[in-house]
Amino acid sequence: MRPAPKEQPPRKLSGIEDRKGDDTLESRPGRQRAAPGLTEGVNHGRTSSGQGESLRFDDRVGQAARRVRRRLGSNRESGVATEPDAEVCKTPLYDLHVALGARMVPFAGYAMPVQYPGGIIAEHSVTRSAAGLFDVSHMGQAILRGDDPATSFERLVPGDIAGLEVGRMRYTLLLNDAGGIRDDLMVTRIDDKGAPALFLVVNAACKDADFAHIAASLAGEAELQILTDRALLALQGPKAESVLGDLAPDCRDLVFMQGAEIRVGDVDAYITRSGYTGEDGFEISVLAGAVAGLTERLLAHDEVEPVGLGARDSLRLEAGLCLYGHDIDETTSPIEAGLAWAVGKRRREAADFPGAAAILGQLADGPVRRWVGIRPEGRALVREGAPICDAAGIEIGVVTSGGFGPSVGGPVAMGYVTAANAETGTEVSIELRGRMVAAKVADLPFVPANYKRAR
Amino acid sequence: MADRKYTEEHEWVEVDGETGMIGISDYAQEQLGDVVFVELPDVGKSLGRGDEAAVVESVKAAAEVYAPVGGEVIEVNSALNGDPSLVNSDAFGDGWFAKLRLTDSAELDELMDEAAYRTFCEGLG
Repeated sequence: MRPAPKEQPPRKLSGIEDRKGDDTLESRPGRQRAAPGLTEGVNHGRTSSGQGESLRFDDRVGQAARRVRRRLGSNRESGVATEPDAEVCKTPLYDLHVALGARMVPFAGYAMPVQYPGGIIAEHSVTRSAAGLFDVSHMGQAILRGDDPATSFERLVPGDIAGLEVGRMRYTLLLNDAGGIRDDLMVTRIDDKGAPALFLVVNAACKDADFAHIAASLAGEAELQILTDRALLALQGPKAESVLGDLAPDCRDLVFMQGAEIRVGDVDAYITRSGYTGEDGFEISVLAGAVAGLTERLLAHDEVEPVGLGARDSLRLEAGLCLYGHDIDETTSPIEAGLAWAVGKRRREAADFPGAAAILGQLADGPVRRWVGIRPEGRALVREGAPICDAAGIEIGVVTSGGFGPSVGGPVAMGYVTAANAETGTEVSIELRGRMVAAKVADLPFVPANYKRAR
Repeated sequence: MADRKYTEEHEWVEVDGETGMIGISDYAQEQLGDVVFVELPDVGKSLGRGDEAAVVESVKAAAEVYAPVGGEVIEVNSALNGDPSLVNSDAFGDGWFAKLRLTDSAELDELMDEAAYRTFCEGLG
């Protein structure tokens, strides 16, 4: 038994040219200062920067496959399986993951749990039916301060940030000058002792580049404090509110895409009602030294199980949520990716964000390709990189994410197809191991979202 | 049990007369995690030793399964189409993949017996 060969790498159909933009600018992180709440505590560097590594989610699958290959003997001459690189970082929960029996894999420069002994499907299911607890401490957390940090930050993103009230959160995109996506991130307007500030959470694989870009681009008008001393937990699922509410009653008052400083038991936390699973839930930012105790308290609940990266991927896949580095990257525009809603109305009128001309042009004329959901027939899984063809067998796109949807009970995928083939119900076929699998363009999400929205 | 032989790539074959039943080992299913799809060979297909006999997919990876010995496929485990997780729950029993009419039973001599395979897996750490 050997890992099956990977499908061909995704091909560019059209879209925006991959440009480096101002990647060469040096990082000048802002002066760091102590303040309560989110900013509390002493900063300490990570043991290793992880810089330059942009391991993507797929790398953990690739690494897992390589591990399997080594373990399964086809590479037996190499002897002992090489464990994560010496430079690999650990989150503050590393020891707990190991104690829980997690299978650890390298991901974005960190040793992360891909699954616990119960397995990915059980972890997926408990998140849909009760509550799953995820360690997402590898993600980048930072605070942006300045005279008007929201207006400053708008120079880098297409979202309406200046219009965010304190405690409101928004999904937005760091864009390059061509309108391609450098990263996607969550921005929350926070109150910093009466001063305006933004709390940013960015992807682990992009965080060094993101923070360097933000700090350099906004030098002189806004200061970026990277919160290297904080961990991040995600508690997701229909029982998340009742579980967290026992320790932090005020969390019940939050609705989807709101955040607040809330004490969880005896721990100061910044909690947002958000996540990456399609379920109701929270992300909880706490000081690194407090996270293990909090994690154990949450796991003590019968309804909570630890969940690894494997189920995090299947959950977001069913929820139709894009994954940076796979579904979106510097060569894809927000319009192609179905993220036009992240381009604020006021921002469209002002046309004052990076790549505005290209993006507004696509908005007006329609993009050449669109990112869509795909439901393959049968049970065979289609995965990233598989070519998508139309009824006549002409290649019209590529799968950017795909796998098994445990709640759907079958294969689900997402990818780019030409605009003419993007309508729901369009019959397509996907190349798989030398044959074609019938599939249909499908509405996203595959599983209805279960967010707690404002009434 | 006594007749079960293994490859270094974690396939097994259990011989009964001229028929060999094949599958993947418990170690292999453990490494793969939750199996969600098995692509079985067509009945009547002739497989050489080492030919691709099946594809097994877990949530996180796909793996090719090779014929541990050559032979003609005379039966496949269609129960796997309805419940691929049988590979996880009973890799050496209900999770079997296919039955082959063996081409050359001398090929069995090249495979590991239970004890040798156990030692081999322990060496993988």
